[in-house]
Amino acid sequence: MFRHTFVTAALIAVAAAASAHSYRAGSLTIQHPWSRETAPGQAVGGGFMTIVNRGGADDRLLSGTSPVAAEVQIHTMSMDGGVMRMRQVTDGIAVPAKGTLALKPGGYHIMFMGLKRPLKRGERIPVTLRFQRAGAVTLQVAVQPVTSTGPEEGGHAGH
Amino acid sequence: MPDTSPLPEPSRLARIRAMLWLAVGVALVLAMAAMLIRAQSQDTPSGNHAEWFGGPFTLSAPDGRTVTERTLAGKPYAIFFGFTRCPDVCPTSLSRMARLRSQLGADGMKFEIVFVSVDPGHDSAADVGRYVALFGTPIIGLTGTEAQLAQIKKGFGVYSAKSPLPGGDYTIDHTATIYLMTATGRFAGTIAYDEPDATALQKLRRLVA
Repeated sequence: MFRHTFVTAALIAVAAAASAHSYRAGSLTIQHPWSRETAPGQAVGGGFMTIVNRGGADDRLLSGTSPVAAEVQIHTMSMDGGVMRMRQVTDGIAVPAKGTLALKPGGYHIMFMGLKRPLKRGERIPVTLRFQRAGAVTLQVAVQPVTSTGPEEGGHAGH
Repeated sequence: MPDTSPLPEPSRLARIRAMLWLAVGVALVLAMAAMLIRAQSQDTPSGNHAEWFGGPFTLSAPDGRTVTERTLAGKPYAIFFGFTRCPDVCPTSLSRMARLRSQLGADGMKFEIVFVSVDPGHDSAADVGRYVALFGTPIIGLTGTEAQLAQIKKGFGVYSAKSPLPGGDYTIDHTATIYLMTATGRFAGTIAYDEPDATALQKLRRLVA
């Protein structure tokens, strides 16, 4: 039984890793959205992705929602004299024309606040992001091992 | 009436000025000496700095046991402070320690990885235990009361402070440095958040040598 579950989980993980996933909204392409598995009681999780703007006009990531979290916030992280500081970004983040916005460890990310359940390795969780120009886009965020430092499908598996 | 003398005469003013300059000079020399002493103690962790660094502390393990600096003695350890709801720097640092440990091969298990939650308002010791269990390598998860955490933070010179988030929740700003301690509880150096793996590995090799 346990073994069967494990094999299924492994197959799902392989399938998830094999199918690179990206989403389009207007002139934006959102690549490899991923998150880290969470422990019971952890209650928050970070989300990371690369947003490419092929259009000639600046866009702006304004907000997000997800059925797995009470709230999705946009955060930034900075290191200041060895001290990590995380802050909510309330006025959105620019996705420059012909440019890229990277949400990644050590910088901007989305935060799932008040997770209704732990995020399990191998699953995908729906998130709807709202952009100033491109509007709303729903994407599936791949939940990766907590040890990940980047998207597994991007060939930078974190283990 | 000795105290009603008028304005000091010029020679007295000059003397006062000279004394003030002397005071400034002495202060400068003292400040430079203090900086030198500090720089030296940072260069050589075996100095006095290493004696008191970390200090006595008392924390709780997920199984309810009390863990102190004496409990941890006998094996070197790498200690890091954070909280389980930390989305980024904590998992990044703990995964990195897990990765470096595996790169050290057999030496990897010659030191402990210790994670201390500085968020007693949210993290029970059991929560910290469930969190560190995600990383696939033995990590000692600890936390304590506000007073116990204040003590260990002071011992390691760790800064942490709640920062409110809109909606009533909060996040925690905290020092992201990893501190290395010898088997006898002496300070052996640090690994900075943005330090390359190569130098971090060297430091860990030295720690377990």
